Amino acid sequence: MTRTTAPVPPRPRSCPPYRGTRYRTPARPLVAVQDPEAVELTGPVFGAADITPLDHDLTRQHTGEPIGERITVTGRVRDRRGHPVRGQLVELWQANAAGRYAHRLDQHLAPLDPNFTGCGRCLTDDEGRYAFTTVRPGAYPWRNHVNAWRPAHLHFSFFGTAFTQRLVTQMYFPGDPLLALDPVLLSVTDEAARARLVAAYAHDLSVPEWSLGYRWDVVLDGPCATLFEEDGR
Amino acid sequence: MTAPHAPTPSQTIGPFHGHALPVVDGGAIAPVAHPETITVHGYVYDGAGEPVPDALVEIWQPAPDGSRTGAPGSLRRDPVTGRAAGRDGVTFTGFGRVATDADGRWAVRTLPPGGVPYLSVALFARGLLRHLYTRVYLWEEPGDTLLASLAADRRATLLARPEPPRTYRFDLRLQGAGETVFLEFSGAGRP
Ligand SMILES: [Fe+2]
Repeated sequence: MTRTTAPVPPRPRSCPPYRGTRYRTPARPLVAVQDPEAVELTGPVFGAADITPLDHDLTRQHTGEPIGERITVTGRVRDRRGHPVRGQLVELWQANAAGRYAHRLDQHLAPLDPNFTGCGRCLTDDEGRYAFTTVRPGAYPWRNHVNAWRPAHLHFSFFGTAFTQRLVTQMYFPGDPLLALDPVLLSVTDEAARARLVAAYAHDLSVPEWSLGYRWDVVLDGPCATLFEEDGR
Repeated sequence: MTAPHAPTPSQTIGPFHGHALPVVDGGAIAPVAHPETITVHGYVYDGAGEPVPDALVEIWQPAPDGSRTGAPGSLRRDPVTGRAAGRDGVTFTGFGRVATDADGRWAVRTLPPGGVPYLSVALFARGLLRHLYTRVYLWEEPGDTLLASLAADRRATLLARPEPPRTYRFDLRLQGAGETVFLEFSGAGRP
């Protein structure tokens, strides 16, 4: 990627239909940092001690099995040139199959599941691949407007090789009729970009008589020190 | 960019990250009882002046010797129980993560960064479509290009206020009067 003109600093966007943005979106433009020595071009690292081998399987964190449709979700994490992000931390959190979080502030009148906390983490492999086993979360209501429902979604957190590549986002399921009605998903105004938040059902990843498979690949935006070194810039 | 490598969009962290992301010792970046330890703390406020009780503050910084490689161990888990195990008390990882409390307050204990006068911050919260970057400047350095480029009132939002001994106050204001300077890096790294 070569850029010949100075970038125009994007304004942080406010999305009126998602009410929570109103008092939390900065009014002033972001200030562009052009410093090649910026600390943000490097980032934190994680290792074997930061996870346990069971953390990627959200169905095995309690004495019993959680209720719900068992799924596996896998994909590759890459930088914007397509190079894999290796050995980095991926974190996942979600509601249970009934649409309730194991969080005391979630007072949705759906049952908690004593066998499901809904948190997972793993490190990407040498090809940037992550994989989780969990249950498909339920949709849940929220008070953004009358009869507002969040489509089923998984919350994900990713680290790249630079702090500039940090990403927290949400993954959705294909064919969900609530996708067209969700202010959070619609806060991404570009339709093609929204489509990148929807996983694909992957029959080759489904395990007979065990689980349904979904594939969701992720591309981290933002410059990093190694990106520029390898570009010879 | 071509479609295969188009970036994945950001989405809000939402209100319920608290049982997944914050960990024991997330703000204890400095090794236990290190004599150089500093405390950096403050509040997060929204545009109505209300404290933000569900934000997540992440810190990234060089080690005191200027190293930017970081080290694993910020989010250690206990393999016996699967629960957060806390840090080993020895390793300086360069990374910290804390949630604001019900008063909108956050605090980290760390070591002064080597080679630069600032800590890098990523701020996540319900209502933010994408996280925000800023910097906590612990002191001013004459050659700092970012500080030099800002008007005095804007620059002031990036300067931590010393509260001796070895303590600094830094508030984050998302919007409105005294709004913190937030940063973007798409042009960083160019020669
Ligand atoms: Fe959610």
